[in-house]
Amino acid sequence: MKPLEDRIAKQVASIPRSGIRDFFELVQGRDDVISLGVGEPDFSAPWHIREAAIFALEKGQTSYTSNLGLPSLRESISKYVEKQFHVDYDPASEVLVTVGVSEALDIACRALLDPGDEVIYHEPCYVSYSPSIVMAYGKAVSIQTRLEDKFALLAKDVEAAITDNTKIILLNFPTNPTGAIEPLDELEKIAQLAIKHDLIVISDEIYSELTYSGNNGIDPGEHTSIASLPGMKERTILLHGFSKAYAMTGFRLGYSCAPHVLTEAMMKIHQYSMLCAPIMSQLAAVEALENGDPEVERMRRAYAERRNLLLRRFKEMGMPCFAPGGAFYAFPDIRKFGLSSIEFAHRLLEEESVAVVPGTAFGKAGEGCVRCCYATAYDQLEIALEKIGNFIGRLQ
Amino acid sequence: MEALLELLKKNARFSPAEIADRLNMDEKEVVNHIKDLENNGTILGYHGVIDRERSGDTNVTAMIEIKLTPERDGGFDRLAERIAKFHQVTHCYLMSGGYDLAVMVEGETLNDVARFVSEKLSTVEGVIATSTHFQLKVYKQSGFLASAGFEDQRLAVSP
Repeated sequence: MKPLEDRIAKQVASIPRSGIRDFFELVQGRDDVISLGVGEPDFSAPWHIREAAIFALEKGQTSYTSNLGLPSLRESISKYVEKQFHVDYDPASEVLVTVGVSEALDIACRALLDPGDEVIYHEPCYVSYSPSIVMAYGKAVSIQTRLEDKFALLAKDVEAAITDNTKIILLNFPTNPTGAIEPLDELEKIAQLAIKHDLIVISDEIYSELTYSGNNGIDPGEHTSIASLPGMKERTILLHGFSKAYAMTGFRLGYSCAPHVLTEAMMKIHQYSMLCAPIMSQLAAVEALENGDPEVERMRRAYAERRNLLLRRFKEMGMPCFAPGGAFYAFPDIRKFGLSSIEFAHRLLEEESVAVVPGTAFGKAGEGCVRCCYATAYDQLEIALEKIGNFIGRLQ
Repeated sequence: MEALLELLKKNARFSPAEIADRLNMDEKEVVNHIKDLENNGTILGYHGVIDRERSGDTNVTAMIEIKLTPERDGGFDRLAERIAKFHQVTHCYLMSGGYDLAVMVEGETLNDVARFVSEKLSTVEGVIATSTHFQLKVYKQSGFLASAGFEDQRLAVSP
């Protein structure tokens, strides 16, 4: 018999193991660790949302739904997107409810890419972008964003990466893992490039509610969706979901808003692979959109306070870190300590039992940084910061 | 409402230093601002939210609905303020609906509360009727659940 390794499809075999997984295995099984390594809120989903899911089960709502998602949910999504992003989508033909943004991204890539088509995306980034592109037989073309630019994506770098084979630009602002926000002028220039070269844009805006601004860092910041810029709605797939703002990660619910033809193509894959998103999650999501704003704001404020604490302590301990405008991550610059990101994260874990994720887990542009998630209880965060302070005190 | 008050509402025991960290303010600025809010009566006071059962406090609490005759000048204010001054009264609200005042009363025994209602409250001129409801069990007070407890079940590292 041929070894089983040889039966794995080339496409899948070509994908390297996730750096996150390596690190997870190191941390797993240790109960003394304070983790700033997670990628999800520390809050449980708000009670009124959980209660809606329970009620759905009590009523016996356990069936399939329309492939696109419950009509009432698509209506609510359409209204919400109009309010939040100022783009108008037809709930009947332009909204598709998916199992998280991850599924939406996967089917968007599969719906659009032919072998060899290129997708431009920016690193450091969420770990699934390149694999999703590669598994759809696309070519993943990364742009390395820079600490000096606060990890914004510069239109000139995008332009330099465009070839005759480029089909898609994939954006994620606010960005996991850097917390970066794209400046409006660069976003507009990127939109112009997309129009000029007739490209599709996939925009993952899962963190768009979690933004921070003002001197106090407590006020919400501005978020502009590229789909709202002139001429962009017709070439953009806007991806969003419930995991981050509503703390509903385990509900596995996202959605895409896109022109009908693109939605139809994605829907083809979705209906044969996923059929539909779970109905109790969908009903909970209706409740989230209808009545969830105050809870989102309460959580956003809690993140804002923790972000303030983190940035202040980093400053006090001499750890350079730009003030991230969104998400719940800080991406401090550790280069002056003379360690690689991986060494830094490993030693911090060994010596102080604090887990952060090496920046390189999110692409090589993450070298020199580590990702610290501040969606962690305030008192735990305080302890973790003290420990990080002790650690870098010894390094200096 | 301003961010500082939001914080104090959540937890009045935050130190000025901690508030300063959370709101990106200067510690001195926090101290002065709180002093102003206390002086101008925006902050009326602070208290702990205590689980009575655990603390061994055997006092009883009742909610009393009171119907009043409104007065020509001042409506319910004079009577309500008069009732609110009794030290047994912990909360006193003017309500819409079937009665006028909702009053929370605390006493050492059921008898204490009953006597307070019959001797003090119902004899106030202008009080037409009272209806007393004794509190049996606390599930939530001042925004805190009596049985809290939520364990972080997240994976230690995730993308």
